[in-house]
Amino acid sequence: MSYEMLQTIWFILIAILWIGFYFLEGFDFGVGMLLPFLGKKDEERRAIINTIGSVWDGNEVWLLTAGGATFAAFPHWYATMFSGFYLALFLLLVGLIIRGVSFEYRSKNPDPKYRNRFDWMIAIGSFLPALLLGTAFANLARGVPINENMMYTGNLFTLLNPYGLLGGLTTVAIFLLHGANFLSLKLEGELRERVNGFAKKLWIVATILYVILGIFTYTAGFWARGIVNPGIVPITAIVVLLVAGYFINNKMEGWAFIMVALNIVLTQVTFFTMTFPNVMISSTNPAYSLTIYNASSSQYTLTVMSIVALIFVPIVLAYQGWTYYMFRKRISTEKKTLVY
Amino acid sequence: MDPITLSRWQFALTTIYHWLFVPLTLGMGWFVAFMQTRYYQTRDETWRKMAKFWGKLFLINFAIGVVTGIVQEFQFGMNWSEYSRYVGDIFGAPLAIEALLAFFMESTFLGVWIFGEGRVPEKVHLASIWLVAIGSNLSALWILLANGWMQHPVGYVINEANGRAELVDFFALVTNPKGWIFFWHTISDGLATAAFMILAVSAWHLVRKQNVDFFKRSFHMGALVGLIASVLVFLGGHTMGQYMYETQPMKFAAIEAHWETSAPADFSIITIGDLSGKREVWSFRTSQIGIPGVLSFLACNNFSCEVKGVDELQAEAVAQYGPGDYVPLMVVTYWTFRIMMTFGFIMMGAAAWFLWNTRRKDYENAKWMKLVPFGALFLPYLANASGWILTEMGRQPWIVYGLLKVEDAVSPNLTVLDLWISLIGYTVVYGALAVVMVKLMVKYAKAGPDAAMHESVDVAPALVGADD
Ligand code: HDD
Ligand code: HEM
Ligand code: HEM
Repeated sequence: MSYEMLQTIWFILIAILWIGFYFLEGFDFGVGMLLPFLGKKDEERRAIINTIGSVWDGNEVWLLTAGGATFAAFPHWYATMFSGFYLALFLLLVGLIIRGVSFEYRSKNPDPKYRNRFDWMIAIGSFLPALLLGTAFANLARGVPINENMMYTGNLFTLLNPYGLLGGLTTVAIFLLHGANFLSLKLEGELRERVNGFAKKLWIVATILYVILGIFTYTAGFWARGIVNPGIVPITAIVVLLVAGYFINNKMEGWAFIMVALNIVLTQVTFFTMTFPNVMISSTNPAYSLTIYNASSSQYTLTVMSIVALIFVPIVLAYQGWTYYMFRKRISTEKKTLVY
Repeated sequence: MDPITLSRWQFALTTIYHWLFVPLTLGMGWFVAFMQTRYYQTRDETWRKMAKFWGKLFLINFAIGVVTGIVQEFQFGMNWSEYSRYVGDIFGAPLAIEALLAFFMESTFLGVWIFGEGRVPEKVHLASIWLVAIGSNLSALWILLANGWMQHPVGYVINEANGRAELVDFFALVTNPKGWIFFWHTISDGLATAAFMILAVSAWHLVRKQNVDFFKRSFHMGALVGLIASVLVFLGGHTMGQYMYETQPMKFAAIEAHWETSAPADFSIITIGDLSGKREVWSFRTSQIGIPGVLSFLACNNFSCEVKGVDELQAEAVAQYGPGDYVPLMVVTYWTFRIMMTFGFIMMGAAAWFLWNTRRKDYENAKWMKLVPFGALFLPYLANASGWILTEMGRQPWIVYGLLKVEDAVSPNLTVLDLWISLIGYTVVYGALAVVMVKLMVKYAKAGPDAAMHESVDVAPALVGADD
């Protein structure tokens, strides 16, 4: 296979990993953020956690794999982005750390204060990464200062521009909505009613933010900086989000979930198509941008990695899908049935 | 402090911390899988309780291993961007493969194991813990192949056009003997660590005459596996030493405080250096008690081969790579090696002694039992940390042996402030985690098997009010 072809394939593969991560961990983060607000009693909180208990770590591995694949396939992208967004990533890691341990530790002590503390750590640990990832991606679309040596020359505050923050907040809102939809599929009884009420309100906020972000992106010219015009994709993304509102209001939970999930997927597709073949756009000088051509690994490495991916990605997808199927039942707050 | 020193401290701190939890995960997984299998075969309730109890401790430990691992994955790009650019073509591959092959497997099936009991068929539940154990050991394999490549680069060329190292032989990378010897030494070390944890906790209960049958069975297993594993650790370690002599002669000389080239070479029993850590003040060597050539034997299995000394190797390195200091900080390499090795021998001896004693019916009454809980824990943990500090500091000033120096690997855009923020941040977060984690470990270890049988602590009488 030609070198350009391989580079494109790896770009697509990494895009898929991010899409998978946004789709899966998106509802995880949403559930985490909703936890202290939605769950009033301890059993309710436990039931909420149990909806993602068996899958959150597997979902998070999508992020690790996206990172690892970027390292292997586009070392310069990995190096520039990870060193450039240093403090943002540090905060993201702190979020993931406190969140991960809290899932495991929050029930290890019956003291309500102890549990409440960990529940808040789950919420904050879900909020921070969602906000920061959204901000980071918005900045990638906008362009960040990169010099001729592929070095990021800004700092944390460079990322905190209005567009970046809007991207962050929109991501948070969409993830909250996605999480609420997921919960209404997984819970039953009173909690399910309550979460539906949340979803209605969240939909309004998320839609408003999303539309503003879309308009901003279009008018500011962050659109189609690369060679492909995403055109129809973002329009569809807005449409499905609007349609989701209809389903939420009519309590058609499955469809509501699918629509918001589609919106997330299509948004990511938009992001990756509108920058392609750039992976990091330089706001200093477009000529300094990192592209799939100047940031990639050698043809040999890409070939080897393609073979590995071809064998193992389907296997991983199969067993991850299987676990969702295994744990497809709704979760009740009845104490006997809860797993701690 | 300059950015390089800060980044080094941060990497050392976070990796050593990650590594405090990993060996137990690597070893304990096998134990739990084995216990659950025995229950499946025999329907003996004690096996079930054992799987549950040791499984609880496994999970408490696992949680921290996972969250600290994520930091590791990102740090190469965050703090060592020039390293990532220079070797990403090679080093990125095993890392990505690790995530794809191992992390997905362990995390997914761990979820099935924790939440699947009674929900998935029993066979599937049993298979899931085996997959967790296999997955975590696979992750060790790939990360060690990655590290093995940094210690002993193979299968690459330097591409003059873009000034980086590129992979030309993937097969050489995955068959790198350095990585596989690491793997051997590391997984047996994981088993030994888990065995000693089991010994320590069991002894604590046996002294108090609680759940005697349960903990006697555990103790027995711990002693048996502990002995086998620590012999394997030793054999692996000896092999590592010899391979180090071939591939990293400077490290070999530095862990032995071996200054001058000699044949036969003498083994140092104790060497005291000066404050720079690079000059010898006084030493006591095996030839002084009449056994010369021990170091030669360690290096190449005969008592007379030549072992090059630090001084000559430094001169050679200057000739080959240009001026610079190519000697690692010898106080550290020398002493960490001695701690690890000494503890290794003590562990072998202790495990054999425990096993020998389990023949007696009432060994739980023996006086030495009281000491086991303390001794058995600090031996493997200190040896673990020492082993890695020696491995990593022994390759200084190189980050990739002979190819790239640490000073050229660090991210150039980071400011001292950035690094202080993250270094202090990690220290605080990790410190807090350690406190919570140790408390929970102790609580659950003390509460014993009956508490672990309950799904929730809410309904576990042994835990409620036990110490909170
Ligand atoms: C319980 C832990 C433990 C114990 C008892 C030992 N080791 Fe070890 N050793 C490790 C845990 C460890 C480790 C932390 O796992 C290392 C770091 C790198 C590695 O793969 O294993 C290591 C590295 C390591 C190295 C460095 C390899 C290199 O840098 O290339 C050598 C030469 C040895 N060991 C040799 C020994 C010998 C001769 C031992 C005598 C019994 C011994 N180890 C016991
Ligand atoms: C888990 C066990 C490990 C421990 C305890 C450990 C320990 C250390 C220590 C103490 C340092 C600082 C050395 C110095 O600066 O003087 C270091 C540096 C480093 N290690 Fe490790 N290490 C481990 C595994 C690994 C692995 C598996 C890799 C790679 C896959 C790795 C890559 C690095 C890098 C890139 C540095 C920074 C550069 C340097 O200072 O040499 N380490 N590690
Ligand atoms: C410096 C290099 C290292 C990196 C980049 C790294 C990365 C990671 C990551 C990302 C995880 C979390 C996986 C999850 O979410 O499920 C993890 C956990 C784990 N790592 Fe590491 N790791 C490093 C060093 C090591 C070493 C040296 C070993 C073993 C020899 C090891 C063995 C494990 C194991 C067994 C786990 C499973 C959970 C646990 O640690 O308790 N890691 N590591």
